[in-house]
Amino acid sequence: MPSSIKGWDRNQMAARAAQELEDGMYVNLGIGIPTLVANYVGDKDITLQSENGMLGMGPFPFEGEEDADLINAGKQTITELNRTSYFDSATSFGMIRGGKIAAAILGAMEVSERGDLANWMIPGKLVKGMGGAMDLVAGVGRVIVVMDHTNKHGESKVLRDCTLPLTGKGVVDRIITNLGVLDVTVNGLSLVECADGVTRQDIIGATEALIV
Amino acid sequence: MKKVYGSASEALDGLLQDGMLIAAGGFGLCGIPELLIDALVASGVKDLTVASNNAGVDDFGLGKLLATRQIKKMISSYVGENAEFMRQYLSGELELEFNPQGTLAERMRAGGAGIPGFYTKTGVGTVIAEGKDHRDFNGETYIMEEGIFADLSIIKAWKADDTGNLIFRKTARNFNPPAAMCGKVCVAEVEEIVPRGSIDPDLIHLPGIYVHRIIQGPHEKRIEQRTVRQKESA
Repeated sequence: MPSSIKGWDRNQMAARAAQELEDGMYVNLGIGIPTLVANYVGDKDITLQSENGMLGMGPFPFEGEEDADLINAGKQTITELNRTSYFDSATSFGMIRGGKIAAAILGAMEVSERGDLANWMIPGKLVKGMGGAMDLVAGVGRVIVVMDHTNKHGESKVLRDCTLPLTGKGVVDRIITNLGVLDVTVNGLSLVECADGVTRQDIIGATEALIV
Repeated sequence: MKKVYGSASEALDGLLQDGMLIAAGGFGLCGIPELLIDALVASGVKDLTVASNNAGVDDFGLGKLLATRQIKKMISSYVGENAEFMRQYLSGELELEFNPQGTLAERMRAGGAGIPGFYTKTGVGTVIAEGKDHRDFNGETYIMEEGIFADLSIIKAWKADDTGNLIFRKTARNFNPPAAMCGKVCVAEVEEIVPRGSIDPDLIHLPGIYVHRIIQGPHEKRIEQRTVRQKESA
């Protein structure tokens, strides 16, 4: 029964996503589990981009050292590193749209087997806006989605077709869920890896999309 | 030509008209022209269209101009932090045009650079692309977006010299340079105005050609989300 399969927890998913990153990469991390990926890069030389205008994002400040002029794209206070650079929003999205950012790791509400991504709005619910998500998925080298495999009703979030308004069409390269790792290929979804204690059959059973 | 003014309301004198398009700098509450927004509230100018990445919070930044119903339409990428905004939008009192963040920044930059339209991959295949010109370049599909040509730009910088050369600080730069560029007139508020010659010309972020009026003022610089880490005992 799929609902009893746990697989990886949030931190294990983040750790798995961190394996996607290679030495020297410039990377943009989304909000939620993707933010945790920064804790697992080890000694790889990774530069984090914050799309409000910063490369080389450091950790949260110590109490009393917060700076109103230094925030990340989630509007949280952060710090700079000795490699940090600052720039304006047009330049920031120039490097995103121009393909200079090697990878983005993002959360999602739904992903389709063709790599369509929905993560910005639910019709009829409060619409907050897409922020920089549409630019990121259209521009960066590789889009990696990290999310729970199913929603809170136990329904698959990996679908044949997305039902929600899209953030990007055919933009996702790899999906990392609590159950395993799937790649979006020209032939459809391909199973790369199963999480600990999860079988291929478990994943097929929990997935609405076709796994080839 | 004198660019330095005594107060935000003096600096806006003669520039305001009902129904005008204003481009505002800032990201969240970081680097927003808080003094100029207060002066807009006091001026009573109305039916404004405001291009700004965000819409402030209920009692600070553009949220104040929303509370007084002076804004007719917002062009933004993310407005999640403002309950009054949502109330006005859902009741149909406020128009909202969502732009992807990079598209909004580029629309401002383009407007300032005399470019009326440009093609981008951002939003292709989504609701953003509906009704827009599509064109293929090198086998990939792009959509056309239009430059923003604002009547007025309001921005915040860290330092200015009296000729309007500006320096920004850390991530408070954000939308301020592109917002400054796209307005017919740009008013900048800064934390400190220094004499000409005291900023190294190589370190100027935005040349004074884009900046027409400057004011200096004490800024609240409110923090939207204070996140900290504990000092390690190890």
